[in-house]
Amino acid sequence: MSDISASNQSYEANMGDYFALLKPRVMSLVVFTALVGLLVSPVPVHPFIGFVAILCIAVGAGASGALNMWWDADIDARMKRTAGRPIPSGRVEPGEALGIGLALSGFAIVLLALATNVLAAFLLAFTIFFYAVVYSMWLKRATPQNIVIGGAAGAFPPMIGWAVATGSISIESVLMFALIFMWTPPHFWALALFVKSDYGNAGVPMLTETHGRDATRKHVIIYTLLLVPVAIGLGFTSIGGPVYLAVAAVMNAWFLKGAVDIWRRTDADCEADKHRVEIKVFKVSLYYLFAHFGALLVEAALRLYGIGGWS
Amino acid sequence: MTLHVEHELHTRRKGRNYGLGLILAGFIAIIFGLTVVKVLQLGDAAQFEKFDHVARPQIIPEEGASE
Repeated sequence: MSDISASNQSYEANMGDYFALLKPRVMSLVVFTALVGLLVSPVPVHPFIGFVAILCIAVGAGASGALNMWWDADIDARMKRTAGRPIPSGRVEPGEALGIGLALSGFAIVLLALATNVLAAFLLAFTIFFYAVVYSMWLKRATPQNIVIGGAAGAFPPMIGWAVATGSISIESVLMFALIFMWTPPHFWALALFVKSDYGNAGVPMLTETHGRDATRKHVIIYTLLLVPVAIGLGFTSIGGPVYLAVAAVMNAWFLKGAVDIWRRTDADCEADKHRVEIKVFKVSLYYLFAHFGALLVEAALRLYGIGGWS
Repeated sequence: MTLHVEHELHTRRKGRNYGLGLILAGFIAIIFGLTVVKVLQLGDAAQFEKFDHVARPQIIPEEGASE
């Protein structure tokens, strides 16, 4: 042997494969909600510090995605939707994903603490722990309510954004958290009702499979009913205002009507129109979240000109 | 029996190396930017001059002067 060779490896992971570990699509929602949490707060933040804070939150969320992919590689390999992910497809070694997840978590948390404050960094650390350990390692394979409690991980970013600016937790940030937390179950179950999943093959309990589709429809309406007061209530806090309240009234009526429509349907109806209503409600749920957080941003922008909010 | 300076490993990992280089450069830029912003936010230069362990008569408050 006259040379050092590493050619026995058939595939060398590139940057794109490592980036895919960070779940970029989830990250985009995290960035948007965290940015809103930061911008609507009453305390101004230097633009560069705000940028670094959002970057840390995005990287922290990505790191928890990498840890999730490391832990769930066995499940991912058995499901069509996830079989192409970097680890099950053999492009990235599990150990690499673990290393990247842990290293990025550490960097994101420490940098956020140094750039902003310890509370924001603590909340980010807790979010990563919640997603990687509480959701991925514990709840996901244990209970069909996994999505309910696991949804909290996705609900923390606006609270972190708020803590970056104010250094505190308040009713506004708690309600922004609660809005995403209560929105996640009906959003996800509307999807579960029309997507043919193979969670069953992978041993992951999903409500549609453990309790049936009728029970899932009931859960959608119950959680939507619980969501409405949270969304409306946020409008009466210091970050709400007439614009937000108008948007919330329309979006909640729209979403609630969709949930009622789903609740009234049977499997035969779904088969007959190929899940037309469920697909529509799922889309509405996406507009719903975007519209609420967008309206909060509008209120914050109007406040700059002295016309936003309730004052 | 020689080690090539330009090994095929280098070309194969070129993208990764450039990517990592960019990330490190970005990290340095962030730390530098944060330092500049944090120091400038102190406003009064005397606040950070105090910590260089050197006697600086100009930052000692004058007698009778109000803070």
